[in-house]
Amino acid sequence: MIARWLGMPVAAAAGAARLDLTMGLVHALMLVLFLGWGGFFVYTLVRFRAGRHPRADYAGARSKVSTWIEIAVAVAEGLLLVGLSIPAWASRVSGLPPEHEAVVVRVVAEQFAWNIHYPGPDGVFGTTRPELVSPSNPTGLDRTSPHAADDVVTVNQLHLPVDRPVIVQLSTKDVIHSFSVPNFRVKQDAIPGLMIPVWFVPNRLGQYDLVCAQLCGLGHYRMRGTVTVETPEAFDAWIRTREATR
Amino acid sequence: MTTQSSDAHAAVPPFWRRTLFSTDHKVIGIQYAITAMVFLLVGFFLMMLMRWQLAYPGRPIPLVGGLLGATRAPGGIMLPEFYNQLGAMHGTIMIFLGVVPLAVGGFGNYLVPLQIGAPDMAFPRLNLASYWAFAAGGVVMIASFFAPGGAASSGWTSYPPLADIATTGQTFWLAGMVLLITSSLLGSINFITTIVQLRAPGLSFMRLPFFVWSQLVTSFLLLLAFPPLEAAAVLQLMDRVAGTSFYLPSGLVVGGKAMAVAGGGSPLLWQHLFWFLAHPEVYVLILPAMGIVAEIIANSSRKPLWGYRLMVYSVVFLGFMSFLVWAHHMFLTGMGTTMSAFFQTTTMIISIPSVVVLSSLVVSLWGGAIRFTTPALFALAFLPMFGIGGLTGLPLGLAATDIHLHDTYYVIGHFHYVVAPGTIFALFAGVYYWFPKATGRMMNARLGAIHFWGSFVTMNLIFMPMFIQGLAGMNRRLYDAGVQDPHLQGLQPWSVLQGWSAWALGVFQLVFIVNVFWSLRKGSRVDANPWQATTLEWAATSSPPPHGNFAVIPTVRRGPYEYSVPGAPADFTPQNAI
Amino acid sequence: MEIPYSTTARPDTGVTNSKLGIWLFLASEVMLFGSLFSAYVLLRVGAPSWPHGWAIMNVPLGALNTAVLITSSVTMVLAWVALKERDLSRYWLWMGFTVLLGVMFLSIKAFEYADKFQQGLYPSTNTFMGLYFTLTGLHALHVAAGVVVNTWLLGAGFTMWERDPDRLTHRVEAAGLYWHFVDIVWIVLFPLLYLL
Ligand code: HEM
Ligand SMILES: [Cu+2]
Ligand SMILES: [Cu+2]
Repeated sequence: MIARWLGMPVAAAAGAARLDLTMGLVHALMLVLFLGWGGFFVYTLVRFRAGRHPRADYAGARSKVSTWIEIAVAVAEGLLLVGLSIPAWASRVSGLPPEHEAVVVRVVAEQFAWNIHYPGPDGVFGTTRPELVSPSNPTGLDRTSPHAADDVVTVNQLHLPVDRPVIVQLSTKDVIHSFSVPNFRVKQDAIPGLMIPVWFVPNRLGQYDLVCAQLCGLGHYRMRGTVTVETPEAFDAWIRTREATR
Repeated sequence: MTTQSSDAHAAVPPFWRRTLFSTDHKVIGIQYAITAMVFLLVGFFLMMLMRWQLAYPGRPIPLVGGLLGATRAPGGIMLPEFYNQLGAMHGTIMIFLGVVPLAVGGFGNYLVPLQIGAPDMAFPRLNLASYWAFAAGGVVMIASFFAPGGAASSGWTSYPPLADIATTGQTFWLAGMVLLITSSLLGSINFITTIVQLRAPGLSFMRLPFFVWSQLVTSFLLLLAFPPLEAAAVLQLMDRVAGTSFYLPSGLVVGGKAMAVAGGGSPLLWQHLFWFLAHPEVYVLILPAMGIVAEIIANSSRKPLWGYRLMVYSVVFLGFMSFLVWAHHMFLTGMGTTMSAFFQTTTMIISIPSVVVLSSLVVSLWGGAIRFTTPALFALAFLPMFGIGGLTGLPLGLAATDIHLHDTYYVIGHFHYVVAPGTIFALFAGVYYWFPKATGRMMNARLGAIHFWGSFVTMNLIFMPMFIQGLAGMNRRLYDAGVQDPHLQGLQPWSVLQGWSAWALGVFQLVFIVNVFWSLRKGSRVDANPWQATTLEWAATSSPPPHGNFAVIPTVRRGPYEYSVPGAPADFTPQNAI
Repeated sequence: MEIPYSTTARPDTGVTNSKLGIWLFLASEVMLFGSLFSAYVLLRVGAPSWPHGWAIMNVPLGALNTAVLITSSVTMVLAWVALKERDLSRYWLWMGFTVLLGVMFLSIKAFEYADKFQQGLYPSTNTFMGLYFTLTGLHALHVAAGVVVNTWLLGAGFTMWERDPDRLTHRVEAAGLYWHFVDIVWIVLFPLLYLL
């Protein structure tokens, strides 16, 4: 509802509602301030134009209203901050679901693609090593390492089951990228040298854009993947075909 | 000085010394202003090219497309490499070579000594050196377009590792920045010393025109915020030319090949150092504009500023706080709750003094006798435009909403509202207002009105849709304006509208340029104080002021905005009137 | 046209223009080196391992250089005192020493650099060496600039002394403030890079 009103993409993850609410409230506050303030401004210009009011008044406005408005603005900002933004952030960075309940997937960004790495049925990722990176092995996965055999690696295709928490372990091979799925209201920079967890709960079936939000070179604009949110059965079936075609 | 003075002057130093190498702050101020306006035009031209690509992705650029060459636009069709160069250089040129030099180097240099009743800046030769360091920096920046691989292309923010591995243009960018930083440092030392030391007798700090206050705070920001960028630039330069890896962690694989560097560095180090400069820098972009607007609002409403003291405290507080908010540009780099809470809070706090200054300016109009002169039009339009810019800072400053908006067109809309219809309108207001002081002639009001209304409408048509695009999730720095992204379908008409508005905006700037040249020759002549103003540059010297500024150093007897004093003979009482 | 307060202090602020100017300049220098020191801390904290400075650096030479620079700060003060007492030849003596010690510092530094290169240690070797060369290099540039200014004050001293002894004294005082600052930066750099 708020999303439509603000022209935001359809929300497709559980946490999006709170974020959209915050977005709506801030914009409402902004609108009220702008209209009230703008109305006053235009009225003043008309009423005190030199043609109509040739002799200015030295003392000017005597009311303390603007001070009260300033205080009210400060209070409103404080409420948004403490009531919505900080808690939302806390849950974003510290509210990670336990790994055994979640779909854990690694996303390794590179110029200009998203490498998606699933641990496979054993739930454990095989070892990756930078020396092994090659066009046919974009994440440098060591297939001979203990848990690697059943791992699934795809490019630009992120499949997820609906209504289950997802933890994306985000990293990058080269420069800074930013993992962004506007429909989930999820965005996180991938910083070289760091592995950063991102979590969300997709709750709407469909296909969504996975785009890069940080300038990463001349192909930045076409660094795009697809997130497919599907039923658990469809998801399992997809993983199996991937394993088979490996 | 008498009418012979011009002859006497011509006899002394040759023309080129009087103009190019003069140490007179007025000459240097005008040099700065002209150079900066040329750079603004260059930056604007780069943007018009980008706008073509965004409006009509992949179509040959008309008129100039053929001139760009095969490495930039084969067959007139822009390459992504070149688009990224244009983006990075547009930002760099507009900020570091356009707005700041015009606002500080131009207006600051010309006006500060005049407004405080000083014969010149405290260090005239340093002033000259500052200008030439700036000019050299500008030459290096422009030359970078002809470096192998073209100009810098990693955004005006130059984030490594991308900037570390970019083509030679980035090295030019860094070298140019070092020169520009040097220029700013020399300038800011000069401004602060001048304001503190050379105030005329009786001109206490609380009697300073608001413009002088804004320059004082700005200078402190430049003085203290630029060195960290200089440090950051030196480190990036070392990464690029000496093979260090300050910004490169171990294990990077670029283009399928492991990078041959020692590693162990941190890409976020750059971001911290950069934004520690660059947030104060955005206040460097806005404070002088507020100063100009305050002067013009007081003058054209014929009233004292409402809450002058509070405004002064607010800008000082603003300057101080601007050192404590930098990481609100970095919420999405993996920040924990405590740090994000801290930077969100400081960001909300810093919005309060901005609100105070803005409301004081609006309330100042109440009870006035407002004259809608050309400078007044631009100064008045500044208020709602800056208002939109400031308000849209709120959802960006709240980390939760910034998740959706970060790196989208919403951010572009936000800061352009602050700097383009905001600061640049204020700068235009300043040009129209002080042109008669500098030249002795008025600018044409009819052309001024066309320039104003044309710019006002087109600016809003360009920047207002950016909020829609940003909320819809359209990212910034996209070569193809996102036409191939499924989730951005239906947004393209906005880009077309923005393109045509941008070119129309260009046409309206031609009106301004014509006006400047026409008025230089044909503008109506004015006396010392055509706006019936109170501050010293109008009340105590001729138009234009002579070398040395004042026949005798004026004595100041009152505050800066004594307009419409009850019982006074005129509706303005100059600061130096008995 | 004369710029007021070039040589006499403004009564209400109590300083001359050049004194205020040099302090402002030093404030910006503090921010410059402060940022580099923060970069050092950030990189060091983030590094899995960090070499011991004393294992790589030539500590006796570094200590000698520290002594050289501190001595030169003292001679700089003596030069200024000599001027205040209007004793030009003593000024030349002490200022000459200051310049000489500055050159000596740079020569020792150059020797150390050459030595490192010979051992195959370059800025690209690791972050520690990168910081070593960047920080000491930038510092050496500052020393070199100081040597140039001091040499100029030595040469121009004579004519300026004739015209306006107060002016020369102020210049030397300002140059002295800068020189002490450069000295202090080294006193921070030395333990950071050689001892810790
Ligand atoms: C009124 C208070 C303001 C607030 C709360 C505010 C807040 C913000 C925030 C949080 C961002 C980062 C957004 C993001 O990257 O996701 C931002 C970006 C920016 N702001 Fe503001 N801002 C304010 C005023 C200003 C002013 C006065 C200026 C300049 C004249 C300005 C210029 C900029 C620029 C240039 C950027 C973008 C930098 C970039 O990423 O390229 N802002 N602002
Ligand atoms: Cu990208
Ligand atoms: Cu900021």
